[in-house]
Amino acid sequence: MESIISVTNLNKTYKSGFAALKNINLDIRRGEIFALLGPNGAGKTTLISIICGIVNPSTGTVRADGHDIAREYRASRSKIGLVPQELCTDAFETVWATVNFSRGLFGKPNDAALVERILRDLSLWEKRDAKIMTLSGGMKRRVMIAKALSHEPTILFLDEPSAGVDVELRRDMWAMVRGLRERGVTIILTTHYIEEAEEMADRIGVISKGEIILIEDKTQLMRKLGKKQLTLQLQSPLAAIPAELADQPLELSAGGTELIYTFDTQGEQTGIAALLRRLADNGIDFKDLRSSESSLEEIFVSLVSTRA
Amino acid sequence: MNLYAIRAIYRFEMARTGRTLMQSIASPVLSTSLYFIVFGAAIGSRMGAVDGVDYGAFIIPGLIMLTLLTESISNASFGIYLPKWSGTIYELLSAPVSWIEVIIGYVGAAASKSVILGLLILITARFFVAYEIAHPFWMVGFLVLTAVTFSLFGFIIGIWADGFEKLQVIPLMIVTPLTFLGGSFYSISMLPPFWQKVALVNPVVYLVSGFRWSFYGVSDVNAGLSFGMTLGFLALCLFAVRWIFHTGYRLRN
Repeated sequence: MESIISVTNLNKTYKSGFAALKNINLDIRRGEIFALLGPNGAGKTTLISIICGIVNPSTGTVRADGHDIAREYRASRSKIGLVPQELCTDAFETVWATVNFSRGLFGKPNDAALVERILRDLSLWEKRDAKIMTLSGGMKRRVMIAKALSHEPTILFLDEPSAGVDVELRRDMWAMVRGLRERGVTIILTTHYIEEAEEMADRIGVISKGEIILIEDKTQLMRKLGKKQLTLQLQSPLAAIPAELADQPLELSAGGTELIYTFDTQGEQTGIAALLRRLADNGIDFKDLRSSESSLEEIFVSLVSTRA
Repeated sequence: MNLYAIRAIYRFEMARTGRTLMQSIASPVLSTSLYFIVFGAAIGSRMGAVDGVDYGAFIIPGLIMLTLLTESISNASFGIYLPKWSGTIYELLSAPVSWIEVIIGYVGAAASKSVILGLLILITARFFVAYEIAHPFWMVGFLVLTAVTFSLFGFIIGIWADGFEKLQVIPLMIVTPLTFLGGSFYSISMLPPFWQKVALVNPVVYLVSGFRWSFYGVSDVNAGLSFGMTLGFLALCLFAVRWIFHTGYRLRN
């Protein structure tokens, strides 16, 4: 699939000597929702800031929609909308004025109908004449999204869009993001809410200590790195796993009353049927069973902690 | 050229003035009027003419220049510092605008406010003292050039400053003393010969002198030199701003 953002050999070292990004190579596909995950200070915001033109890179190149962000900055920046992590707003401006300001700043003529549609989509129309300082945190977040959408970008960066947002607004925002994707907008989001990435992303990138450590299709990632576990509640507790079952990926928990079987989600055979037969052969009875699957959060934590 | 961006920035900055009319316009006009009352009408009436000009009228160009310099610096420095402080600068930095467009928007708005203010003070002065304008074209020229140049200087201060205190340091500690010592209230020729030479190091002397020449046709230094010095300072400021945007100094790092 065609790349809409192409990052090549990107490095950023601050004057203090801190290397925020180390040889980043990344391609974002046109029309996808890409989630960039990483712990605090991993380099997510620096990467976004460089692509958007806010921070100068030390070395490397970035192309947005085919345009070099340094040499063809007008063409590249006009394609990009950014909703930063911090709630940075002009407190004394009205919603209407600030959104129109953003549209003008990005070189677009006034379009009252378009701004009205954006404000209505974000449930801000009734607040159009309100000063931003009078709005709630969630409303301010929506204003920032409206500003980012005002010049009709084809690439939208959402840096921690759900930070400080209640559950209802988060769901609304997810619906809005899906709507944008359906209209052909490519979305790159960073998030601490793994649930958000799991819910929305097509692909996942993980960044840690300034390096991209993984880029993978979300479904494949969960299949590849995800683990499933079958937990059996035993009729009688075991002191240890019988020697006859030592070749199985089993462990005891809950004081020997639970037997946990871990298996690969990629395997064609889970081995559950064979395990149950062998348990019966060894006289181990169980009264209940349940299965569970690794969440993206567990996969992420595992990946990052492995690199630590 | 991104004309829509220039218009957006310009309107945004002018709207900010509209919200703070008391602070932006009324307050400087009032304080300058007090100068006219005290130095022009009250003390001036007991003083002799300076360079053949009645003292009350003599100080008008200097007082306008005093306000023009401080307000141009204040307007422009605050205009760019505020988005830096609030974080909304991200939008400007990520927008498809060149440094020239940014300058036209911010500095244009700051200079417009200063010119309006200068003209208002000029009108106000009419209520207190009689004056003439010998070279109206050059008067407007000096007014606009000074407003643009010092708005540009203020813009640089706004980018350099990393706190409200720094925003005030240069205007209060350098510009205001230079303006007071730059012949706003007296002619340089009234100083002892040694201090006359020292005064020529003060760039504000050239601004006040040139501006006063446009009113009364008299000046401490050649009007052409005044104009040239102002243009030189403008070029220096433009060079500094270009360097700031080229390197990202205090903006993109």
